[in-house]
Amino acid sequence: MTATPVRAPRTGRERTRPQQRSRPARATRWRRIITPLLVVVLWEGASRAGILPPDKLSAPSDVLAAGWRLAADGTLWHNLLDSLVRAVIGLAIGGGLGLALGSVAGLLRLGDDLVDPPVQMARMLPHLGLVPLLLIWVGIGEPLKISLVALGAFFPVYLNTYGGIRGIDERLVEAARTCGLSAAARLRHVVLPGALPSLFLGLRLAFGAGWLSLVVGEQVNADSGLGFMMMEAREFAQTDVVVLGLLIYALLGLLSDLALRTAEGRALAWRRGLEAS
Amino acid sequence: MAARPRSELNPATTAPDVAPDLTAADLAVVTARGITRAFGDTTVLDGVDLRIRRGEVVALLGASGSGKSTLLRVLAGLDSGADGEVRTSGRTAVVFQEHRLLPWKRVADNIALGLRGPDLARRTSAALAGVGLADRGRAWPAELSGGQAQRVALARALVREPDILLLDEPFAALDALNRLRMQALFFRLRGEHDFAALLVTHDVNEALLLADRLLVLEDGRIAEDTPVPLPHPRTQDDPGFGALRRHLLTRLRVPLVPDRS
Ligand SMILES: Nc1ncnc2c1ncn2[C@@H]1O[C@H](COP(=O)(O)OP(=O)(O)OP(=O)(O)O)[C@@H](O)[C@H]1O
Ligand SMILES: [Mg+2]
Repeated sequence: MTATPVRAPRTGRERTRPQQRSRPARATRWRRIITPLLVVVLWEGASRAGILPPDKLSAPSDVLAAGWRLAADGTLWHNLLDSLVRAVIGLAIGGGLGLALGSVAGLLRLGDDLVDPPVQMARMLPHLGLVPLLLIWVGIGEPLKISLVALGAFFPVYLNTYGGIRGIDERLVEAARTCGLSAAARLRHVVLPGALPSLFLGLRLAFGAGWLSLVVGEQVNADSGLGFMMMEAREFAQTDVVVLGLLIYALLGLLSDLALRTAEGRALAWRRGLEAS
Repeated sequence: MAARPRSELNPATTAPDVAPDLTAADLAVVTARGITRAFGDTTVLDGVDLRIRRGEVVALLGASGSGKSTLLRVLAGLDSGADGEVRTSGRTAVVFQEHRLLPWKRVADNIALGLRGPDLARRTSAALAGVGLADRGRAWPAELSGGQAQRVALARALVREPDILLLDEPFAALDALNRLRMQALFFRLRGEHDFAALLVTHDVNEALLLADRLLVLEDGRIAEDTPVPLPHPRTQDDPGFGALRRHLLTRLRVPLVPDRS
């Protein structure tokens, strides 16, 4: 908290202190939605008043209506499904590779020497800048989008797996050895749980990078998916569908992060004690 | 068990033991000969010979940096860079200066780490009860105080029913009162379990209260090997305690009265 000067006790002030600390969590939380609500109301008002022309930006109510319309005729669902499939496949490939190579580099000295230098170099390339090259290599079909997602997911998972394993307290591994744990058992009881917080962080970053890559990939060239839906709407100046697409991307990112945080909270229950102390 | 063949034994020091003293050799739980360990150019251990008999508590003293922890790690089989021969018979367990409990395992699971068997739960709770923490099995290590965590570490070692317990300044991180409690606890557990122990310590009083024999490590060798002939249980005002203490402090080159320099 902010630094409070040490003074002679002032009872009134002391009594309000704990309340002040707990208040933002409960009673004043509603204040945090005032500004977003205000923005939406102003936006809607500006659209109705004709200040925001609909071919530049649709009113929030039009966006909702577009969502309803596309959901009803099924367009939204099949595009969403295509995007989700690409995201899942790309994340599985990129994340799986990142986990495997990160473990090899983190656990084995030889792996470290052979794997880490090229990965560290490659990570300096902005992977979205690879689009032209990927277009030449894999064309404009599904592999392009999946490769982009996989590339986006690979680096955070690799780096955090490697870092997580490297960061494990060697003294704990040693203690486990004196308890008679074999190398495989040390991996299971010490290395894996020790690296887990870092793994979760990598996964969350990978989800973010994966979504971003998907947006870019689907807008480069596609015949389905959320990005395609948005680019197609752009041609007909349907800004309501474009904004809808953005909202859904945001919602997907939010949901995946929430799911991951929940899983993290479950798996890392032991850390709650650490944070409290 | 963890015997490493040694090519160049020093015959002068080992030969007399062999034939006439077979029974004593049989009783040894740890025999170390000619332990050497160097880090780069500095030789930390320079031919340490050591024997610990079954059930014997040996305190290892020495200046900071004299190589006590290094020696203990060699005896525990944790240092692959050392030369010499270490022979241990029976089970070994280690207690470090820090508790080294796995933060992601509950206290009971930490104690049971690496153990197998049908009555594991019973053994674990018995070990916890032995250190006075019967009700903390479900706690996370982070929820324990420093003294409690160190007692759990002691329980984790003792549940293995070790023949030799290696302790590296196990109570040094605790406050003075807790340290006294831990020393009393150690003495009681020693009576119950009958393990041999090598106790690395900075605390001369602790060594004199608990140990049957004192070793001083100096210049990479055991420079002093003194039995402590005081009867148990000991207190600091036992006759003979003060004299031994003064002798030891002089040996460790610690001034007996605080000087003003
Ligand atoms: N892994 C290492 N690499 C390099 N030098 C080391 C290493 N471990 C120990 N040393 C050196 O070996 C010497 C002995 O260290 P050690 O930890 O055994 O001392 P100690 O007697 O236990 O000291 P203390 O009483 O302070 O714990 C020190 O000079 C230390 O710098
Ligand atoms: Mg030490």
